[in-house]
Amino acid sequence: MKASIIVFPGSNCDRDVKVALEQAKIKTTMTWHNDATLPKTDLVVLPGGFSYGDYLRCGSIASKSRIMKEVIKHSKQGRLVMGICNGFQILVESELLPGVLIRNINLKFICKTINVKILNNKTYFTKETIKNNVLKLPIAHNEGNYFASKDLINKLEDNEQIVIKYCDENGNINLESNPNGSLNNIAGIVNKSKNVFGLMPHPERASDIMLEGTDGSLIFNSLTNYARS
Amino acid sequence: MQEVNEKLAIKHGLTKEEFQRIIKLMGRNPNLVELGIFSAMWNEHCSYKSSRVWLQTLPTKNKYVIQGPGENAGVVDCGDGDVAIFKIESHNHPSYIEPYQGAATGVGGILRDVFTMGARPIANLNSIRFGSPNHEKTKHLLNGVVSGIGGYGNCIGVPTVGGETEFDECYNGNILVNAMNIGIAKKNKVFYSIASGIGNPVVYVGSKTGRDGIHGATMASAEFDEDSESKKPTVQVGDPFTEKLLLEACLELMQKNSIVSIQDMGAAGLTSSSIEMASKGNLGIKINLNLIPCRENNMTPYEIMLSESQERMLMILKKGKENEAKKIFEKWGLDFAIIGELTNSKKLELFFDEENVCSIPIQALGDNAPKYKRPYVNHTYPKNINFDKKLSKLNIKDCLTKILSHHNYSNKSWVWQQYDHMVMADTIQKPGGDSAVVRYHGKDKAIAATVDCVPRYCKAHPYNGAMQAVCETWRNLISVGAKPIAITNCLNFGNPEKKEIMGQLVDSIKGIKDACTYLDYPVVSGNVSLYNETNGVAIYPTPTIGGVGILNKINQMMSFNLKQNDSLIVVIGKTTGHISQSALMYDILKDKKGPPPKIDLKEEKKNGLFVADLIKNKLALSVHDIAHGGIIVSLAEMCMASEIGAKIQTNVQNIDKIKFLFGEDQARYLIEVKNENFNKIKKLAKTKKIHLEIFANTQKNYFEVENNFKIPIKELIKMNHNWFKQYNKN
Repeated sequence: MKASIIVFPGSNCDRDVKVALEQAKIKTTMTWHNDATLPKTDLVVLPGGFSYGDYLRCGSIASKSRIMKEVIKHSKQGRLVMGICNGFQILVESELLPGVLIRNINLKFICKTINVKILNNKTYFTKETIKNNVLKLPIAHNEGNYFASKDLINKLEDNEQIVIKYCDENGNINLESNPNGSLNNIAGIVNKSKNVFGLMPHPERASDIMLEGTDGSLIFNSLTNYARS
Repeated sequence: MQEVNEKLAIKHGLTKEEFQRIIKLMGRNPNLVELGIFSAMWNEHCSYKSSRVWLQTLPTKNKYVIQGPGENAGVVDCGDGDVAIFKIESHNHPSYIEPYQGAATGVGGILRDVFTMGARPIANLNSIRFGSPNHEKTKHLLNGVVSGIGGYGNCIGVPTVGGETEFDECYNGNILVNAMNIGIAKKNKVFYSIASGIGNPVVYVGSKTGRDGIHGATMASAEFDEDSESKKPTVQVGDPFTEKLLLEACLELMQKNSIVSIQDMGAAGLTSSSIEMASKGNLGIKINLNLIPCRENNMTPYEIMLSESQERMLMILKKGKENEAKKIFEKWGLDFAIIGELTNSKKLELFFDEENVCSIPIQALGDNAPKYKRPYVNHTYPKNINFDKKLSKLNIKDCLTKILSHHNYSNKSWVWQQYDHMVMADTIQKPGGDSAVVRYHGKDKAIAATVDCVPRYCKAHPYNGAMQAVCETWRNLISVGAKPIAITNCLNFGNPEKKEIMGQLVDSIKGIKDACTYLDYPVVSGNVSLYNETNGVAIYPTPTIGGVGILNKINQMMSFNLKQNDSLIVVIGKTTGHISQSALMYDILKDKKGPPPKIDLKEEKKNGLFVADLIKNKLALSVHDIAHGGIIVSLAEMCMASEIGAKIQTNVQNIDKIKFLFGEDQARYLIEVKNENFNKIKKLAKTKKIHLEIFANTQKNYFEVENNFKIPIKELIKMNHNWFKQYNKN
């Protein structure tokens, strides 16, 4: 299994995700945003951070960068793409995922560990998880409030494209456990063909017993054997 | 060009005498550019003219110190060829005028100080102080400053892991924003600002120069009045995105062998950076101002030299390495310009449109800058006051709940959850504990850091207060299992031209000196912020101390949350019940009279080393230093962090009970120990002459004082988390 981590100017979780991927025995290469080609890779990771300073709109300038043309091609071939936090924002800006991410409802940056419930454990990204289980994962964002039309939200629900939702520690999905105002408590979704995954929480920050636990490593471990499967 | 006379010099913040001194040093009248440069170099912020003679008395060496004060930041040895580089700095004046940008650029400035030296920044901390919550500006300032600190640190991707947030009406007219940063580097890859090599190119990198921040340092060297708002244009605007690029580009270039010296453009921008480098190398420097990358048209030499535009660096490169360096900065999309060279003239020579617009002997700016031994009065230790009558009416539960609900002692997660404290994935002890702990990336060791000061103690007796601030950082480092190594300090005071204020500064420096010397815990960097006054009213003396320690093994790390039911809580250190200047007296009963708790350095060291031993020998389950609110509040904090309860047993009666529970005697710790280990610990304490007593035992769910009251921990948590949410509701 090989992963390519895209480094945009302003990315700042690139190293963190590299450590977590390698822990899951996934080989990584760092790819500069201005490169014309992707190295041979199974998975592309768009890391968290503030690509291009979040100027214009989060993820907007990054979605137009040179390497993204290749990333889009890679995804159209059915291969895997995962966007974490700012990476998720880039995926919606480049329309690899539907919907938008707007400012948190309290208009503040929020960094804390929250709970998410696994709704779909049949994706490449979650097959090591158990449906309806609760994972503890950190969030750290200013614009993680998922928004879309009612129609689209219904479609996402029907197609099982909503992979994780914010919940309380007992798995109840409610207003109190929604940190940022996301519609239907959406924390992470996949595209229709389920090879592109975007999520606001940072699994790479919960892949170490010394940090916020190891629930996040379930996601990376899910990907470990992808190439063989 | 405008005529330069005494009147214009005074407008630049210089005194008549200082202007005469300039004429004497120059042998002629300065021109406008030169006057601007003198005013920028000779203001309090850059020259330390009021504090320098006293700062020189501070201890600056121990076996860990590689570089003490005088560089961009201090450097200490962390073993295995690793060093930690750190400093704290104030951004008070700009943050009051424009809180978001003021605080953001404070963070940006301190980050540059650290990565200029070749370090990768790994932790931000801060100390922020506001006026009374009821003051009309406080909510705006609090929200702006917190967003600004977060906005910068979050974007650049350096975790903000610790700090303090407090309110007191003495900061109504002057808030404090002190920002600290710690970075790590290899011992043989530390960069300094001393220039060398005549003919070597002077290179400008980073953002373009604009008209922002002109005279910022001069503003920070004067008192405020009604017109302070009009100083908004002197506040710089930060761009953390550019700083992130600058950080990566500088660290990339530092891997090569091309840099002779490097200096960030902070206060007084291009002026102070070029002069500092040349002055340290005892050389001259020649700059063609037409080559400076400018953001705006028609900028004059005066504006270019005094701009405090952010995210800029000045470097001296080895000759012939220009292209290699240029490529790196171009890759990161940053400006790179060769603007001049080092000379043997020992002068700062500036050219603009082929005309010489400035020629100042560098010695005149630095070594010959004014240095004042200002008159001062010492502060005597206040008389003890008997508060028994007031205390006799109090009820323990009521006092505890009032303190836990009070803005100064309520949980600060509203603040630190706006800071990304986890990015870089090495924060192994998050904000809220005694110290933050950040792992050395990929290694089995860590750095601990804390920022502390109790201004009400410092106001009551500056000498003791300053000692206390040093000791509290020491204690906080001990409590997480770290070995305290060194400190950085940020001395925030009023107008030093007043004897009383100067006395506060002198006494505080003496206090820091004595505590640091005794604890072998030297000062390696710092900053002084004076003139924190508005309409003649000064802030409390606030010598903020940033302490840094090392954990050689990560499994030595200790935390303050309780670990289990049915263990014992032991107090280390003697409790006499010192109640004046305590949280209870000062903030709840609003009685601000009397002395602060006395510092006994011998006790401090003895108790601290004893606790360190307990941690090392795995005899402590949790450790918390006893601070605001005394032992009862400290224990409540341990309970709230774990949702495990505790029952206090004490034979102390009546008024003495209040003093015992809420008194703020120093050099004390609360330790959770297993029942079966107590006798062993008691014996150890006896051999080391440590005062130790059992104070409580842990239990499920309830916080309890025997024969007095019982309250669910969940309720304590609720009241402790309430204030910030309510205050910032709309």
